[in-house]
Amino acid sequence: MERKHPLEETILFTRLEDVANVLRNNPVMNRLKDNVVTKNVVNWGRASSLWPMTFGLACCAIEMIAAACSRYDLDRMGIVFRPSPRQSDVMVVAGTMTKKIAPMVKTLYDQMAEPRWVIAQGGCASAGGPYNTYAVVQGTDLVIPVDVYIPGCPPRPDALLFGFLQLMEKIKREQPFVLEERGIKAG
Amino acid sequence: MLLSYLPVLLMLGFVTFLAAMAIFVSSLFRPKNPYKQKLSPWECGMEPIGEANAGHFRIHFFIVAILFIVFDVETLFLFPWAVILTDKSIAVFVFIEMIIFIVVLAVGLIYAWVKGALEWV
Repeated sequence: MERKHPLEETILFTRLEDVANVLRNNPVMNRLKDNVVTKNVVNWGRASSLWPMTFGLACCAIEMIAAACSRYDLDRMGIVFRPSPRQSDVMVVAGTMTKKIAPMVKTLYDQMAEPRWVIAQGGCASAGGPYNTYAVVQGTDLVIPVDVYIPGCPPRPDALLFGFLQLMEKIKREQPFVLEERGIKAG
Repeated sequence: MLLSYLPVLLMLGFVTFLAAMAIFVSSLFRPKNPYKQKLSPWECGMEPIGEANAGHFRIHFFIVAILFIVFDVETLFLFPWAVILTDKSIAVFVFIEMIIFIVVLAVGLIYAWVKGALEWV
């Protein structure tokens, strides 16, 4: 394809995507993204509406469901379970991850939109737990990067709640535009 | 007065504006990192089989569902018809009208039947 002059490309917008790209990536936006207040506001927004994926692997999922139900009520903190990886920010790996399910977990993690975080709930998801066998992955971090580990077998719903609160604290200290700053692009 | 609905119009405009701005502003700040795995169809983490938009449901489900909908709606029409049937002055006319309506639908069903739409292959 013939390479056009950048200015010509900027002025003659041929596709809506190009317009969006210019709106996203211009000096004004870059200055705005360097601003501390902007970073704090974006981090606050991300931390205040963590949407985990509805996804459970083993008995820890029961505790996760209990945490979402009325007694512990995750909804009051903006933690609403979503049925699709496209809409979710957090993946709660709830339970024993076997070697058969590990590729699916990896695919689901890949299909989540950035920014995304992972909570490893329980001993099995953290480090294999009691199942030191040929069939069980010895820790979620062998497959996908983990942000928060929650010990317990299974951890109580309030432990999961505490894990979410820890994740919120972690998000508030993150660099929100790290992908753009470092120019990270996956294949 | 039509003017008394002005707050509703203002509310509609405000809500539309708010929703559009929320989507626009978040589109400015969100990371954009599409790659093959992310863009592939979501099938609970499994490998997608075939084209996602081609569908794996048989076309027969559609035909049977449409035939069901036709007669479902016909049943809905039957209820108000049955209510006004007690009115003696129009009863005969209304009765014949409904019979014609049902016959028209029945012709459609017989046509579909003859064409083999009801046969499950």
